[in-house]
Amino acid sequence: MTRYSFLSLVRHALGGQRGWKPAWRDAAPRDAYDVVIVGGGGHGLATAHYLAKVHGIRRVAVLEKGWIGGGNAGRNTTIIRSNYLLPGNVPFYEWSMKLWEGLERDLNYNAMVSQRGVLNLYHSDAQRDAYARRGNAMRMHGIDAELLDRDAVRGMTPFLDFDNARFPIQGGLLQRRGGTARHDAVVWGYARAASDRGVDIVQNCEVTGFLRAPDGRVTGVETTRGQIRAGKVGIAVAGNSSRVAAMAGLRLPIESHVLQAFVSEGLKPVIPGVVTFGAGHFYVSQSDKGGLVFGGDIDGYNSYAQRGNLPVVEDVCEGGMALMPMIGRVRLLRSWGGIMDMTMDGSPIIDRSPVDGLYLNAGWCYGGFKATPASGWCFAHLMATDRPHEAAAAYRLDRFRSGHLIDEKGQGAQPNLH
Amino acid sequence: MRIPCPFCGSRDAQEFVYRGDADPVRPEGEEGMFEYVYERANPAGVLREHWYHAQGCRNWLVVTRDTVTHAIEGATFARDAAS
Repeated sequence: MTRYSFLSLVRHALGGQRGWKPAWRDAAPRDAYDVVIVGGGGHGLATAHYLAKVHGIRRVAVLEKGWIGGGNAGRNTTIIRSNYLLPGNVPFYEWSMKLWEGLERDLNYNAMVSQRGVLNLYHSDAQRDAYARRGNAMRMHGIDAELLDRDAVRGMTPFLDFDNARFPIQGGLLQRRGGTARHDAVVWGYARAASDRGVDIVQNCEVTGFLRAPDGRVTGVETTRGQIRAGKVGIAVAGNSSRVAAMAGLRLPIESHVLQAFVSEGLKPVIPGVVTFGAGHFYVSQSDKGGLVFGGDIDGYNSYAQRGNLPVVEDVCEGGMALMPMIGRVRLLRSWGGIMDMTMDGSPIIDRSPVDGLYLNAGWCYGGFKATPASGWCFAHLMATDRPHEAAAAYRLDRFRSGHLIDEKGQGAQPNLH
Repeated sequence: MRIPCPFCGSRDAQEFVYRGDADPVRPEGEEGMFEYVYERANPAGVLREHWYHAQGCRNWLVVTRDTVTHAIEGATFARDAAS
């Protein structure tokens, strides 16, 4: 792999930009690997990268039924943050944030990580208290958090509707290290780095079943491109987790729901970071191209449709209008839907499955993008060592049975409310 | 999406509250409670599911819907489905 650098840019510019090589190999599957990862999204590719880099396991294949990054890695709204409250989540997401901060040097790839700040607004005394508690929990774990009053928020984002009759803005909880990253570049960067270390990235290769030994152990996968034997198989397939796990006879505490995302026409720079509405579900940032990137609630009922319904479009846009009426005449450019693997407590699963040789990385709900580096790091650690990484030790599959739930939102076993 | 409520007729899905898969049955005792509360088949295809007509007749329904196409085969009262 040729390193990307200022000098390589100059050299290729002088050569008329004709010398660029593909960033990663589009491999054909071999007969056998040490590790097969099912799912070529951000999490799967990150897992392969860290398996090769940190654990020295290079006979690795990432199998993707379509093209890499074509699922939720391409659907998300690119936000990165580590502003969690509960003990099971805090160390994991902060480890992810630390990996984001060093990601571009690690991958030698511009993932456009931009720590432009994540601001969660509060609109009532009770919500201020809840955010103060959250901010304190973060700071006790060494994570940056600032509780802003109304004037401080006004200084950052003067365009908000501070005196909204129903939801006046009282202040906000700010994590300055939060921000955005370029989602496709994250996928391509991990693919390039993993491929360079010998990982085979196999596209158009759908897993249709598992190979099992007489004792039940998983020994490989059946795919649309033939059988592939593997020492260990990891599943990182987001909204399709239940379907793939069902091929191994597992029933997961997961429902699949559709989440929509939206982008407006390009505008001049107006929104400094990520802003979230505290009285409804609406969050917005502005891409480097100028489009407002925003989203809100999931549609609310089980769906594999990869497209959303109109009432939620209206609901999200109403939230946006309540927060910043100035966007009322901005035109919506695109909206699209992706399938979320919603767990029963709103938190993910990184664990061995009850089937030997089969490992599970699932249940990311609609928070998977920010978790990409740590998810890959911890899943690689689990698959390489057969022990959970300490930052992800709480993400056990059996926590639902044992009662050790990680329910940030306190909604109970109703995935459409998390 | 419109739901064919057997009492009210075809109504907008926004009038309903969703409660998920209708197949798990609450066990009498502790045995099977974990599976009932947490484990789901989560099919990509036909699913029988509970909808509550909160802004209509306030009946609980069992709606048979395809989770890929959103096509609805039909709806019955949940009390009939349970008996």
